[in-house]
Amino acid sequence: MFRKFTLRVPVLCLALVLIIVGAVCVVVLEKTQLIIAGKNITSIAILLCGLVFYAGIVLIISMFENETMLSIALLLPSMVAVAIFVYGFIGWSIRVSLTQWKGLNPNYAWAGLKQYYLLFNNNPRFVIDVRNTGMFTVGFILGCLIIGLGLAILLDQKLKGEALFRGIFLFPMSISFIASGVVWGWLMNPATGNRITGLNLIFQKLGLDSLISLWHSTPQPWGMAFTVLPAVWQLSGFTMALYMGGMRSISDDLREAARVDGASEFQIYQYIILPLLQPVTLSAVIILAHMSLKIFDLIVALGNKAISLDVPGIYMWTTTFDGTNYAQGAAIGVLMLISVAVLVIPYLINNMRTETQL
Amino acid sequence: MSNKKMYGFVAFLVIAATILSACGTATPTPAPTAAGSTEVEVFSWWVGPGEADGLAAMIKIFNADYPSIAFVNAAVAGGAGTNAKAVLATRLAAGDPPDSWQAHAGQETIANYVAAGQVLPLDDLFASTGLTSVLPATLLPLISQDGHPYSVPVNIHRSNVLWYNPKVLAAAGVTANPKTDFATLDAFFAVCDQVKAAGKICLSLGAPWTAIHLFENIMIGTIGAAKWNGLWTSPPTTDWAGADVTAGIANFAKALSYTNPDASTLSDWQTASKMVSDGDAAFNIMGDWAYGYFANAAPNGLALTPHTDFDWAVAPGTYGVFNFLSDSFVLPVGAKHPDAAIDWLTVAASKAGQEAFNPLKGSICARTDCNQALFSEYSQDAAKDWTSNVVVGSLMHGVVAAPAWATSIGTAIGLFQTDTTQTGSFQVALVAACAADGTCK
Repeated sequence: MFRKFTLRVPVLCLALVLIIVGAVCVVVLEKTQLIIAGKNITSIAILLCGLVFYAGIVLIISMFENETMLSIALLLPSMVAVAIFVYGFIGWSIRVSLTQWKGLNPNYAWAGLKQYYLLFNNNPRFVIDVRNTGMFTVGFILGCLIIGLGLAILLDQKLKGEALFRGIFLFPMSISFIASGVVWGWLMNPATGNRITGLNLIFQKLGLDSLISLWHSTPQPWGMAFTVLPAVWQLSGFTMALYMGGMRSISDDLREAARVDGASEFQIYQYIILPLLQPVTLSAVIILAHMSLKIFDLIVALGNKAISLDVPGIYMWTTTFDGTNYAQGAAIGVLMLISVAVLVIPYLINNMRTETQL
Repeated sequence: MSNKKMYGFVAFLVIAATILSACGTATPTPAPTAAGSTEVEVFSWWVGPGEADGLAAMIKIFNADYPSIAFVNAAVAGGAGTNAKAVLATRLAAGDPPDSWQAHAGQETIANYVAAGQVLPLDDLFASTGLTSVLPATLLPLISQDGHPYSVPVNIHRSNVLWYNPKVLAAAGVTANPKTDFATLDAFFAVCDQVKAAGKICLSLGAPWTAIHLFENIMIGTIGAAKWNGLWTSPPTTDWAGADVTAGIANFAKALSYTNPDASTLSDWQTASKMVSDGDAAFNIMGDWAYGYFANAAPNGLALTPHTDFDWAVAPGTYGVFNFLSDSFVLPVGAKHPDAAIDWLTVAASKAGQEAFNPLKGSICARTDCNQALFSEYSQDAAKDWTSNVVVGSLMHGVVAAPAWATSIGTAIGLFQTDTTQTGSFQVALVAACAADGTCK
């Protein structure tokens, strides 16, 4: 391992400077506070100094000219960070979900699966959550796939100004869910009479009174179906982009060959393009489903935490932060994680397998 | 990475680290002084219009009374205190409490901070400042645990206020006067039928939490102050499964039947209050912060004229009852500057401090001896009731129930709103919520 070692004096000096500066800086900051423009940034500064210290160590390692060692050294900080801040906290949440922690003071008394039992045993709010999430997920995925594929096929016809339309269809994705939730909340305002506004007002002016709707305040369960509208509006463009990428990667030779064999344009799509797009559809479903299982911001903006539009994310928020019932909130969070994991992990495993085969 | 680039990056790091360490040494923390406190750090979420001005006015008095103590205003913005509470919880967990912090008086303080042993009883302070004798006698048990008060109430807001539009009532041919004729909810519902027949919404309702606000006032209006208090004692003297609660639920269902169907899509309470001043609805039951929204000049208010554009009465069936909520300050265990913290609480409890704060915040003094000439017409009205009425605590605003319990009740109310025929299962859920809290055996 240490077969090759080239001592380069300037590098060594630099490394020592870094190590000393980093260490001194950490020690000093530990004892004092760094306040810039009224903000206490001591912890960030300590982190930076730690990185300086670590950079010195990496420099020394680099002199060994061992690529494996160097890459491990370079990856180590982010691996440690991910291990702590992602997997560590997942483990922590699981641990909290098995306790009786209620109130501000942590209480790690063992409760077994009690918090999960409370959710599944005759808890009408959780039933609504599961139903709403299911309804939202199905509507959202189907809507995005159908509209996304439709738009992709339209743009696939090599029409003029394709780039412009692609941009227009993609733009909604750059808006955050909370903003589009607020705006769609105005559009789908269910008020009637002289308070009528938004889409209902447009329908009234156009004489389409039959289309005037209560939107997402429709008595449950169907109110939830309307929350799909803004979500589909926002992400069908993204699905379109995925499909267009897929279509571009299908060789023109295949289309030509089909045309020579006398296939109509419709048949080309039916027998050539769509079957070849199946992996794209799978990716799209995975990406969209993990979004919809975790949906929170859009629904909060639309429904203001109304129970008829409740989803697990909102239930977790109110339970944990309004109700200070940390154990129960953690249990809801863990269930959300499991629902996403059930979907994503098989996909990841499958991907890894195909990659190793290649 | 090429060597050149690497050296550049390294040089950058060295410079950054040198600058940081230089800054770090340049601003050492003032060492905590054991005797003769030099500062007091007070934590709150008062950053909005009105409340921040009120806090500034109170700080001015503090600085005049205690010129040797530096006041550190650790206010955290956002989410009506939600963000601040999260920051506070983190600081408490890290053993770094501010010298005093804002908390809703009542169970939100007791269940959170008293139960966790994070704050000290304030018997001495209440005695030395004479606060005990100037607070309504019915208030003290609501902010105490085992007879010891744990927080200094600075301001008082009233929950059970009925806001109404006199023009809408006149147009609907209503002759009853909400200020005197709504001794029972039935009298109110009779007027609602008239309003409904005239094609207006009788009772406007806003975002889901305003339904909890409505629920508490309908319940008090049905069962009265004594039985309402009995719901929250340990063990409850009013039976959650009993006929009183059943009657309250029936009235709540009836009240909901007069509300606007789009309530849950409204973003907050203001939209519902505005429906009253716009003439779309006749009534709105909302806390007295609505007065500032109606009467203040733009942009923070609608600049309306009291009595002609809008008017107020005590919520139906709750005449003689003051359903309160209050912001208060506590004395932490392990404060860095305990003496200065007591000085701050003394100012917060004082007549001068409360007279400076409350007119700007739009609330009334917790003390009953404030100079009423400083206050708005509504506040003077409320202050009269504060001295003479029976005081009960609000559920929605943290006085009577611990947060976990209040949240379960909120869930039950939300579920009930989706189907108001399910009165039976609503009551079962209320009983279960009490049992889960541990108050009901």
